[in-house]
Amino acid sequence: MPIEVILKSLFILIVVVAALAPVITWVERKQSAVMQDRIGANRADVGGFTVLGLLHPLADVIKLLTKEDVVPQGANRVMHLIAPVIAAVPAVIAYAVIPFGGVYTFGGHTISLVAANPDWGLLYIFAIGSIATYGTVMAGWASNNNWSLLGGLRASAQMISYEVTMGLSVVGLFMVFQTLQLQQMALAQDDTIRLFGFLEVFFGLSLPGWMESFPFTIPAWGIFYQPLGFLMFLTTIMAENKRPPFDTPEGESELIAGYFLEYSGMRFGLFFMSEFIEVVVIAGLVATLFLGGWAIPWLPQETIIGGISTVFNTEFATGICAILHFLTFMLKVVFMIWLQMALRWTLPRFRYDQVMDLCWKIILPLSIANVLVTGFVMLLVRGNA
Amino acid sequence: MTFPAFLFYVFAALAVLSALGMVLNVRNTVAAAMSLVVTMVALAGIYVLLEAHLVAVVQVMVYGGAIVVLFLFVVMLLNLRSDDFAPGRARLQKLAGALLGLALLAQVVRSSVAFGAFPPLPDGFGGYRQVGIALYTDYVLLVEVASLLLTAAIVGALILAKRKID
Repeated sequence: MPIEVILKSLFILIVVVAALAPVITWVERKQSAVMQDRIGANRADVGGFTVLGLLHPLADVIKLLTKEDVVPQGANRVMHLIAPVIAAVPAVIAYAVIPFGGVYTFGGHTISLVAANPDWGLLYIFAIGSIATYGTVMAGWASNNNWSLLGGLRASAQMISYEVTMGLSVVGLFMVFQTLQLQQMALAQDDTIRLFGFLEVFFGLSLPGWMESFPFTIPAWGIFYQPLGFLMFLTTIMAENKRPPFDTPEGESELIAGYFLEYSGMRFGLFFMSEFIEVVVIAGLVATLFLGGWAIPWLPQETIIGGISTVFNTEFATGICAILHFLTFMLKVVFMIWLQMALRWTLPRFRYDQVMDLCWKIILPLSIANVLVTGFVMLLVRGNA
Repeated sequence: MTFPAFLFYVFAALAVLSALGMVLNVRNTVAAAMSLVVTMVALAGIYVLLEAHLVAVVQVMVYGGAIVVLFLFVVMLLNLRSDDFAPGRARLQKLAGALLGLALLAQVVRSSVAFGAFPPLPDGFGGYRQVGIALYTDYVLLVEVASLLLTAAIVGALILAKRKID
């Protein structure tokens, strides 16, 4: 069992931190270039081969590692040095509870593709998120620079405000799935809802049999149960990541670079990387909560395994199913990364007071209303159970 | 020593050391607040060992996260420097604090000696389901009273902050 956990953790580290996050820096450059009618990164080459500019992340890392690591005069040295680590570690370990595949049985052995599967998985992510604030705040305070201090101040207020609304915006989802465990949520979404099922529930009509299958069903994904919750969760979690349009703690045009203004070399690189790792975590989390996780729409696990095992044996079919599920999950993650990048390059930065107003005056009341409406509908549909 | 017992000593040592760090760092408010975070997180580790999973997560989320961030926010907003805390002030407070601390320690020792053997835990103890059921059935009145109290606190803070109410 420990070996399994170590292997899964290594897999996540390699896929998310070592492979996906650096590639995203390239995606960000290229996507912004496409959106702004430019060519984008294409200069770094090895022996004349630029590979579409894919060597730029490598060049960046070499540059950052060889740069001088400056600690400004009058700064609190210890805090200045550990702040980037405190910012980066939560981003990496948050991924532990996000499942990248379902539960598969090979012979008598059951494998679930998630590194850690506590009963309170989503709360773990919220707890990690609240610790992540400290990296930013410490960096802002320890740099002995007024711009940094202002950035840290803004970051602490922004992140603490959006944590509240982030938690409230997914309460509706807890109520629908009756669990906080991400694996259970994803399993519950490997299903379909009947599009006209409400006729049966509210008007007592009985649906004909042909309305029970493909074109008249939708996947039982969180986004269909909680469309408003999806929008609010995406907004708040993007605000937690402090990337544009919510980058008031950095605000180049007002605060130069805010909390990491006094950082250079790989310590700056850690802040930079933790934002990109968080982009992957957000993509994985939103995919798991609202887009069905690893589930393939309209094709539940039993159907896939049953279909393939008519030709091959069951073990092989299960393996194929696991691979298909993993690829589906990665597809959803890539889609969510793309969406975040597109939003980042489309919207201008909000003013600081607008960011706070959005949180406390719009999303907070809406999320509480969402909880009430969800509870009311659930009472109507499921009765007292 | 079993592994959970080893972890308990690690978390306990961390909690005590960081609590000391907080008290001794009182001139450097931000360092003191950061030590407080370490104390809170170490306590959360002990709660996990006690099977109180929900309390552990809430400890990190609310105390480790939100409350100390608010401390830091105020500290940074006022931008306190170490010389804002003049030495020799509040000697009586220190004495009272030490006495109260000793009284608390005596009470904790007395009740843990008197407690005896622990009963076995019920199934699912400390999970969010059990805590939620307990809060919204047996203790629902207390929850409502607490929420009323919090609302009163928010309204009070608003009145203090906004001198002129239009």
